Amino acid sequence: MKEPVFYGAGFPYRTFQKLSGKLIVLEGPDGVGRSTQIRLLRSWLEEEGYAVSDTGLTRSELTQAGLDKAKSGHTLGPLTMSLFYAADFADRLENQIIPALQAGFVVLSDRYFYSVIARDSIRGVDKNWARGVYGIALKPDLVMYLQASVESLVSRLIYGRGLNYWEAGMDLHLSDNLYDSFVVYQGLILKEFDELAREYNFLTVNADRPVDEIFEELKEPILQLLHNRLTKEKRPL
Amino acid sequence: MLKPNTTKGKLIIVEGIDGSGKSTQIDLLYKWLLSRGYSVYFSEWNSSALVKSTTKMAKKNQSFTPTTFSILHCTDFADRWENSILPLLKAGVIVLADRYVFTAFARDVARGVDPAWVRNMYSFAVKPDVALYFRVPLDIAVGRITSARANLKYYEAGMDLNLSPDIQESFKLFQGRILEQYDQMTDEFGLVQIDGTQPVKDQQRKVRALVRKALEGWEGLPNPNKVAITVSNPLAAKDKGEKK
Repeated sequence: MKEPVFYGAGFPYRTFQKLSGKLIVLEGPDGVGRSTQIRLLRSWLEEEGYAVSDTGLTRSELTQAGLDKAKSGHTLGPLTMSLFYAADFADRLENQIIPALQAGFVVLSDRYFYSVIARDSIRGVDKNWARGVYGIALKPDLVMYLQASVESLVSRLIYGRGLNYWEAGMDLHLSDNLYDSFVVYQGLILKEFDELAREYNFLTVNADRPVDEIFEELKEPILQLLHNRLTKEKRPL
Repeated sequence: MLKPNTTKGKLIIVEGIDGSGKSTQIDLLYKWLLSRGYSVYFSEWNSSALVKSTTKMAKKNQSFTPTTFSILHCTDFADRWENSILPLLKAGVIVLADRYVFTAFARDVARGVDPAWVRNMYSFAVKPDVALYFRVPLDIAVGRITSARANLKYYEAGMDLNLSPDIQESFKLFQGRILEQYDQMTDEFGLVQIDGTQPVKDQQRKVRALVRKALEGWEGLPNPNKVAITVSNPLAAKDKGEKK
């Protein structure tokens, strides 16, 4: 049990009960295999007897329809998009993640606000501004960063769900085709992630490996966390 | 906190609690500026088409928290900022805004969000060239609203704050909190206070004098045919470029 710790002011108009659950975040670029790992982790944790809840960007009922609609047009500016994501994040945090943590759940979050900051930053959004907006964010108990090369992302996506407009950063006009744009864009994203990994002290996991090897590596820090053996060096800042 | 306006355009905004008479004043100002051959654009709070469906649904389901209320209104503002206000200011247009960032600072803080947090969120916006705050005592504003409109809306009355189960009473208490915030901001942001209890015509005379002074020696985008500006993109901010 612990008091919630926020990056900034949090939600000053309400008091939260102590949190008995754990917030575990999986970060990493598009196509790195986050959702596969979340699925594996979820069933493993449930087998171990933990109640698990999972969440991910844009899954808030409040904003999902509106954001999808906005992304289908061509007038969505970077600040507007960033704030739409922030509204989604806030809604899930307040109405879903924190209540689940209060109820003792292990919450697995497929990305957190770090991804949004990385994407915004490439689109020219001021970094300090974005960090200020996410002063509402709860500090996770563990952030694991799936780090992969652009080459392996390309191959996974081509043999998976395909390349798409936003994941290739086509709105930035980096290139005239999805492939080149994806390579340049994800390269920029990886650079941002590396910086964020240092700033927030992510646990970096090499994701250029088979799924089961990555899974085994992710389990270890989670077990340490759940048994209160996670050392300070491995905790997010 | 807000950056100075370095564009070619001029930004004129009005603020005040519901029932302060600010919309009447900015409407008169709009027509006057247009008649004098200026390029003028009118932008209204909470009017982005891109965000509208989301806000509407959340209001209907009463699913806003103070934080999501705050962020979605900023999203609405950002859409208008990116798609109409900033580009038109850059083009040398006079942009008139019925409510600006100060509305968020007043309302959202009255709802309990962190004042520094909400100020940071809107820090991409520029400081207006003229910022008019129409001040009326609480009782007068409440009287104007409750007599003009039979049905107060849930969030407008601050019902989400559980100040009172009675919507009229809640509205009054909530507007009182907002008024307090406005009064505190007058110095912080240099808002020019206009007495909203004075006759409409007298207020407008003051408004025009202030605006005339702000426009002295300034030349914006010419508008020889005195036509209104519309933002034509259907998905962009649905601001009333052609205000009636």
